[in-house]
Amino acid sequence: MITLTDFLLVGALLFCTGIYMIVSKRNSIQVLIGIELMLNAAILNLVAFGKYDKLNNGGQVFALFAIVLAAATTAVALAIILNVYRRYKTIDPDEIKNLRD
Amino acid sequence: MTLVRLLFYVMSFIAIASALYAALSKNLVRSIFIFFVTLFALAGLYVIALADFVAVTQVVIYVGGILVLILFAFMLSGKETLNVIQQQKGKFINMAKVPAVILAVLFLAVIVNIILKADADNLPWVKQAIAQNNEITPANSTIENIGVNLMTTYLLPFEAISVLLLMTLVGAAHLSRKEGSA
Repeated sequence: MITLTDFLLVGALLFCTGIYMIVSKRNSIQVLIGIELMLNAAILNLVAFGKYDKLNNGGQVFALFAIVLAAATTAVALAIILNVYRRYKTIDPDEIKNLRD
Repeated sequence: MTLVRLLFYVMSFIAIASALYAALSKNLVRSIFIFFVTLFALAGLYVIALADFVAVTQVVIYVGGILVLILFAFMLSGKETLNVIQQQKGKFINMAKVPAVILAVLFLAVIVNIILKADADNLPWVKQAIAQNNEITPANSTIENIGVNLMTTYLLPFEAISVLLLMTLVGAAHLSRKEGSA
């Protein structure tokens, strides 16, 4: 029998990997992958706790909502990345220093 | 050690190892493609947690939708993205990454400490759910129940998220239009 703590520990490891990617990467696309990793860790926790709710299925339904939200976030973030690339010719977050004048 | 437990260890090892490789790799393309593996392993973990519908949705939306979008962004943003990576080569330990490592490790220590202290398996409501037979077992199918709940109990969040999806559709189309053509 797999306990809840096992799932929570795996989720914690994935979450911290995501944090490392967001802070250290010098490429917007890899930062985005880090955000997706953190979202997936959260979804894993929702699913693991959702096992104990057979009648209402709260955990699984909100895991589905979180997946849809992640898809929406990614679409907008990629549109922004393409715009930034068109304006600055780079997608390094450290190089983007100017606002639109 | 049962077969399920063995599968759980294999899946979580694959997920964590591929996530670490995606984080440490200096090659953007490798990092994107190894992220495929992480997502598939996570879908396997959802199956082990008895959430098969969420696992299928994960494969369809994440692997079919989000990763293709990320690949599009990588291909449309050209070779400038690879130049950043070229500059980092040669230094084995990059001093700029030390704060990130410290932050991630400290955060991991805090979370693991909290998880071990919280002792999730002995929470009152979890014990109550097991006592009232409200726990999903491998024998019963949840998909029908999810469909009914989505249209009754969770109808308001469902509608809210549909409006949000429409907003993101319009917003993404607006952001990515050509400059000046208004």
